[in-house]
Amino acid sequence: MGEVIVITSGKGGVGKTTTTANIGTALALEGKKVVLVDADIGLRNLDIVLGLENRIVYDLVDVIEKTCRLKQALVRDKRFEGLYLLPAAQTRDKNAVSPEQMQQLCEELKQEFDYVLIDCPAGIEQGFKNAVAGADKAIIVTVPEVSAVRDADRIIGLLASSELPDPKLVINRVRTDMVKRGDMINIDDTLDILSIDLIGVVPDDEKIIVSSNRGEPVVAETSSPAGKAFRNIAKRILGENIPYHELEVEETFMERLRKLFSSRKSTRSL
Amino acid sequence: MDFFKFFGKDDNTSKDIAKERLKLVLIHDRANVSPKFLEMIKGDIIKVISNYMEIEEKGFDIRLSRIEKDDDTYASALIANIPIKKMKNIGKNNG
Repeated sequence: MGEVIVITSGKGGVGKTTTTANIGTALALEGKKVVLVDADIGLRNLDIVLGLENRIVYDLVDVIEKTCRLKQALVRDKRFEGLYLLPAAQTRDKNAVSPEQMQQLCEELKQEFDYVLIDCPAGIEQGFKNAVAGADKAIIVTVPEVSAVRDADRIIGLLASSELPDPKLVINRVRTDMVKRGDMINIDDTLDILSIDLIGVVPDDEKIIVSSNRGEPVVAETSSPAGKAFRNIAKRILGENIPYHELEVEETFMERLRKLFSSRKSTRSL
Repeated sequence: MDFFKFFGKDDNTSKDIAKERLKLVLIHDRANVSPKFLEMIKGDIIKVISNYMEIEEKGFDIRLSRIEKDDDTYASALIANIPIKKMKNIGKNNG
């Protein structure tokens, strides 16, 4: 029996779809059987990020309305053994599906797959309710910006009342240079504000855009820092204890100098 | 030119400002998420205070508010206005 994990954020544009695609691919690379469900009905995107947009015949709404069998709608990724996509319908809206139907669909998928990852739409309305309905666990994606952190907090509250407590946090698009300057909310601050557990920190990486241009998940690329971060998240989902290398900020010569001066300054001002 | 400023960080980096602002706004957001929240606090306060004084429950007003501190920053405060009907006698004996 597999596990259903919903990937959500509240705010749009923080990287839910990229996160879903990459964690899913990384889990498949670890030898798991994975299905990625695009729950963003009407705004289908997971297919194009994965590079599977030309292979879609049926979609999620077709399955729910029994126009086709579940197996017919699943798109198998030929590049990654064990990776499948259940695409969203593009010409329908979120009300075409009910939370009960999503729950039933997840139950069915759990029989076949080790991991069912649901890419949740932005917002807190019907689409969100559908996406979380069948989930066993939740991953919240945020970026270190006030708007995204605030929305993440709202989502944490909503998940708690939908019987999905203990969500895990992915902090996406972290820029180490800005964190060092004190111009970006850091990991500790974010965890302190949201008080939930971390499951990954993904550095800002140009390769993400390049890889979605090509329709190739970035985890397949060994040289990409973001790809490595996503592979680590997958390993943590599998229960491995992976240290947070990303958190270690190397102390540069200038910083040591700065510390030296600022400690002198404080002594003097006494 | 401030030599130390050149090398060092400002005391109030933008991330510190962001953190402070977030913390404040989330206090209000979280309170609004559950309308029961203030009712629960109200119930508990009435329980405790009733040991010492008789209060007028109808006039009981409780809310989250933002107050300005001396250093021009803001803090959240829980403000309660509790009309007293009558003091009880137990307070005196313990003094």
